[in-house]
Amino acid sequence: MTAGAAAAIPRERTAGSHPLMVGRPGDATLTDRLLAPLLRAPRGWGWLLLLSGLGALAMFGAMGYTVARGIGVWGNNIPVAWAFAIINFVWWIGIGHAGTFISAFLLLLNQRWRASVNRVAEAMTLFALTNAAMFPLLHLGRPWFFYWLLPYPTRFGIWPQFRSALPWDAAAVATYFTVSLLFWYLGLVPDLASARDRLPGRLRRRIYGVLALGWRGGARQWREYRMGYLLLAGLATPLVISVHSIVSLDFAIAQLPGWHSTIFPPYFVVGAIYSGFAMVLLLVIPIRRLYGLEDLITTRHLDNMAKLLLAMGWLMAYAYIVEAFVAWYGGSLYERYALLVARPLGPYAWLFWLMIACNVLTPQLFWSARLRTRTPVLVGGSLLILAGMWLERFVIIVASLNRDFLPSSWHIYKPTWVDLTILGGSISFFVFLFLLFVRFAPFIPISELRELRHELAGGERAP
Amino acid sequence: MSIRRGLLAELDSAGAVAAAADALHALGYRALDTWTPLPLPEVEERLGLRRSRLGPYAFLGGLAGAILGYGIQWYADVWVFPLRVGGRPLHAAPAFIPATFEATVLVAAFVAFLGVFVTLRLPELWHPVFEIDGFERASADRFWIGVGEDDPLFDRRRTREDLAALHPLRIVPVPEPPR
Repeated sequence: MTAGAAAAIPRERTAGSHPLMVGRPGDATLTDRLLAPLLRAPRGWGWLLLLSGLGALAMFGAMGYTVARGIGVWGNNIPVAWAFAIINFVWWIGIGHAGTFISAFLLLLNQRWRASVNRVAEAMTLFALTNAAMFPLLHLGRPWFFYWLLPYPTRFGIWPQFRSALPWDAAAVATYFTVSLLFWYLGLVPDLASARDRLPGRLRRRIYGVLALGWRGGARQWREYRMGYLLLAGLATPLVISVHSIVSLDFAIAQLPGWHSTIFPPYFVVGAIYSGFAMVLLLVIPIRRLYGLEDLITTRHLDNMAKLLLAMGWLMAYAYIVEAFVAWYGGSLYERYALLVARPLGPYAWLFWLMIACNVLTPQLFWSARLRTRTPVLVGGSLLILAGMWLERFVIIVASLNRDFLPSSWHIYKPTWVDLTILGGSISFFVFLFLLFVRFAPFIPISELRELRHELAGGERAP
Repeated sequence: MSIRRGLLAELDSAGAVAAAADALHALGYRALDTWTPLPLPEVEERLGLRRSRLGPYAFLGGLAGAILGYGIQWYADVWVFPLRVGGRPLHAAPAFIPATFEATVLVAAFVAFLGVFVTLRLPELWHPVFEIDGFERASADRFWIGVGEDDPLFDRRRTREDLAALHPLRIVPVPEPPR
């Protein structure tokens, strides 16, 4: 996967058809431009916030209804005991992965183009994880006992069972969220200091001043800061791989045909990064348009991300092929039926083929250099890929569970309005959080762009 | 070596601050610090800053996290709450690895993050240099260099001349803290 991703990224400066930064704005201009969004909301921001807030409220309403009535209000039933809650969980957590991939992985690989999109991607990770974490908790049925997942001494002497995959999940998701938050905040500190120093208004300066923790940009400060940031990147990189691997083990460790497969960890990690990049594109394209940042988030960035989508799309296709091949080659009757008959021809066959179309055919558009820089194509492609990745989890979970070993217990799963409201609402909630983020935090790393500008200027002077 | 009293010079480029650090170091000044809007590794070298110790500390944190993570699982599932499931071994090392890995990363990351702020003694919301008018441009487009009063060579007049030789935009003393 690393090799695939790295191969898809052109070498710095040699593949210079699209520049990383258009023009060379001065430090002060650059800083002020990137701080300007904290002062004034763009047109329509308020309406969007209201709309997405209402969507989020609908989700919380449906969640409250679920908690009050029990998870019987969802469509799940035996044998499809895992459905929307787990599909949404895996989908959201997967989307989060591209954030860490961009901010940590690409930092270690010295990919300078990550600078202008990394904070948007990191924020996306945090919000996607917030959404993801709600689903398994609700699925507990009695979410107020969530703390039973944690190992703590009780009078009853009962402890979590770490030989089961579910406590691994709790550990992985909690760690991932915490480390992403620390990484994001550490990256923000110098920019919060810029906001403290340059924004008008006493209250604003005070708030950003407290959040900047007294950052002064001293030589010693930068030295420790860079080391801390690098360490967090180094720690977050294996974490990205581990989190979705562990999520996939929830499935792979079960004996169900269609789940019980060693391909799951890499298959899930690739899928995660794939859907995450689609989401980053979907967020970055409107942002650069709304705030007029086409010179900082250039076509080069869009082009690189589209190439990554193409590479990841092929890795997905490879995973689908291997999954089917192993089912045939492995010789298990049930597995062969599940993957070679039930999925392509069974009751959910149309969703399976739709998924193949979205995930395998869509990225083929990005062979064309022209299409890779056309924003409508990128937005449409990203939407299709996100839908395809959601369908993939639906197919893995529902189409495997609904026809297990015993034909007499086969059952067709249908979601209820509560399921659909929660899914739609979680998307709204994500948008809501993101709108607040772009309004109140510097969403492009200002100090990193100043650094990039200096580096580019230096490179131009000395050929 | 955070300068709380001394003389500061304001410069307008990264190159100027690097040259200034060089010149002042050559003159024998040791209590030097710079304040810049972007990290300048070459200046850090000239100021003779020691290597950051965060790496080894984070490693130790990770080690502690690994031991703690594995220990909790062993304690819970082998020692205090053994649960026989299908005759599988109670001490199932492979099954304990994922949570151990997560605990390793979690503790190491906390040490790295908190380490930055502990070694720098942050948060420190007020600092004497903030009292300088215009110092706030250090987080946008101005590069500052300063000599601390605790430097053995520090002499208000001579140091001012040495700083003036760098052709800074201006030279200012760190103001007395307001009482």
